[in-house]
Amino acid sequence: MWKLFHQFGSPPHFYRLAGHLIPWFGGAALVLILVATYGGLVLAPADYQQGDGFRIIYVHVPSASMSLFAYTLMAVAAGTGLIWRIKLAHAVAAAVAPIGASFTFLALATGSIWGKPMWGTWWAWDARLTSELILLFLFLGYMSLRAAYDDTGKADRASGLLAVVGVVNVPIIHYSVVWWNSLHQGATIIKLGKPAITGDMLWPLLTMLAGFGCYFATVLMIRTRSQVLQRERNSRWLMDL
Amino acid sequence: MLSDFLHMGGYAGYVWSSFGLTAAVLLLNLAGARRQFKQRLAFVRQRAAAEDQT
Repeated sequence: MWKLFHQFGSPPHFYRLAGHLIPWFGGAALVLILVATYGGLVLAPADYQQGDGFRIIYVHVPSASMSLFAYTLMAVAAGTGLIWRIKLAHAVAAAVAPIGASFTFLALATGSIWGKPMWGTWWAWDARLTSELILLFLFLGYMSLRAAYDDTGKADRASGLLAVVGVVNVPIIHYSVVWWNSLHQGATIIKLGKPAITGDMLWPLLTMLAGFGCYFATVLMIRTRSQVLQRERNSRWLMDL
Repeated sequence: MLSDFLHMGGYAGYVWSSFGLTAAVLLLNLAGARRQFKQRLAFVRQRAAAEDQT
């Protein structure tokens, strides 16, 4: 068990393993996203209230879910790095940030595009929207804080602390539609009882979510490998690549 | 039939811009990650080659 743990935290081992996994996750992401796009745009029936406008859900909800997942992963990785001083964990946290920022931006932008025809406004200072905007600032703040240090170790500690403290925002975003009176609609999938969506609308959504997950894993592994190359640039094992 | 599909029941601008923007951002992020990886790998290999010579 300890050996496994040690291996997992070992940069050369990760570098090789990720190299093998990237094409598989990348291929799965491509197939899942294409199938989900076809299902969402063509096969799923129009919504009885929102007509074809509801189809924005197929990019909006997976982006928003991934933004929360990305932040949680970044905070856990940064916390692991801070507590057990595992460099690979800091590398993962640093690699998550740009992907998380992209998904957060997409959640905000597609939400805004969806809000215009349905709510009559591009933006409202509402709990869900505001807390998601704060998430974007947390990702951007994390990245600028890292960029401000020349020393990787100092950058890891300072940005790691920000990542861990900022995680309080994640449950706030998730429950914002419950805790506050929000313009935003309630949860569609993760709620007590049955999902508030029929099967032929739901499967493309879940497929897109799986596709975004595989995309996330693919880009995360590429970015973590770049981090490893940067951090281990003086190590012997790199000379044999 | 196709024009009906493209029309998206009057929501064409909203639906297509959402999907287009999502595709663009995801592809850009992937391309950026790959470019960065290739640059760093090239740097490491260059240094390894230089060290082999000395």
